[in-house]
Amino acid sequence: MTTVVTLVVVALLLWLALWTVVARDAFLAVAGFVVYGLLLSLVWVRLAGIDVALTEAAIGGGLTGALLLGAVGRLRGTEAATWAERSGPGTRAVAGLLSLVVTAALVLCVLLLPEPAPTLAPLVLPNLPATGVANPITGVLLAFRALDTLLEAIVLVIALIGVWSFAPDRAWGGRPGPRYRTDPNGILAYLARVLPPVGIVIGIYLFWAGADHPGGKFQSATILAAMWMLVQMAGLADAPRIDNRWVRSGIVIGPLAFVAVGVLGLWTAGVFLGYPDGWAKPLILTIEVALLPTLVLVLALLMNGPPSRGGAR
Amino acid sequence: MSLVLDVFSVVAIVAGGFFYLAGTVGLLRFPDAYTRLHALTKADNLGLVFVVIGLLPQVGSLLAGLKLLLVWLLVMLSSAAVSQLIARSVRRQDPRA
Repeated sequence: MTTVVTLVVVALLLWLALWTVVARDAFLAVAGFVVYGLLLSLVWVRLAGIDVALTEAAIGGGLTGALLLGAVGRLRGTEAATWAERSGPGTRAVAGLLSLVVTAALVLCVLLLPEPAPTLAPLVLPNLPATGVANPITGVLLAFRALDTLLEAIVLVIALIGVWSFAPDRAWGGRPGPRYRTDPNGILAYLARVLPPVGIVIGIYLFWAGADHPGGKFQSATILAAMWMLVQMAGLADAPRIDNRWVRSGIVIGPLAFVAVGVLGLWTAGVFLGYPDGWAKPLILTIEVALLPTLVLVLALLMNGPPSRGGAR
Repeated sequence: MSLVLDVFSVVAIVAGGFFYLAGTVGLLRFPDAYTRLHALTKADNLGLVFVVIGLLPQVGSLLAGLKLLLVWLLVMLSSAAVSQLIARSVRRQDPRA
């Protein structure tokens, strides 16, 4: 029975992937991609990767889908022109050949994977109690591979700076995106009043549960950022000015705290990002708490895009 | 007692599945956006209610049951709001439809 379900889901995934690539209308392609992300998170649940499933649903399907939808909206005006363009037979042949080579290389790699797959899991589990967290994913992300997580947080901040740098000079320091105006008694405004209290509680719950159960700061930050976007899109609050001191402090506090803990480790544990004995859990918690505002702000401001109005005051 | 509950669960979840199927058939077969929305929201909400009611006797703890109810309420809220938004956007684009 479960084999049948698995086969159906895999067939659906392949079909959706193909459909997303083939669809000519950008909006339809993005819709396919979002559904693909949700189905993929089901696959991760089947593979017992609940943490990955949550991240895939929140970031892969939800946040990336929303970013792509924003891009589709901005490209609306030029989409018809790109449809009229047709590349020559030579370009098509080369593109087809390249795709085939990449596919063949990927198939070869998958077939040549060593069996059983190399794993560090047996090393992680006996050493997990030293970190004080019970969720092995959180332990790996913030203790054994903390450097990766630190660089990830820094990359997110740099990505936001990249998006901001698309701002025209006159809008620099101003507010991103349009000022949304909707019917204050309409359904969207109603949803934006009812949903955020629930969403904020669920977001903080996911954050707190991340130490011992599936969940964590990324999934939590996505939900919190989504609540903020809902309030903005319903016209209940405006996007923040990007030269606001609080906004900028919130964006850098996560990486700064992370680096500070890392340097502290150099001094107390003898290695960058090392935690002294017995201090692992409080330090991991400090980093997570500091990263939360960074992630919420960066994810929401990435959605908002570059500043477009109300520059230098 | 547990047999009665199991039978109840199976019947409720099968009923839920039937309503989901009916909603999907409506989505595929109905002629315009409004009727499709109608099929989707009405039938799927009923389907979800039956699935949740069917699962309630099977949960191990009160907390898990409350979480199921919360999921049900959140899906009701979002599907009601989203269907309104879609219907409005359809009416703006094509007032005659």
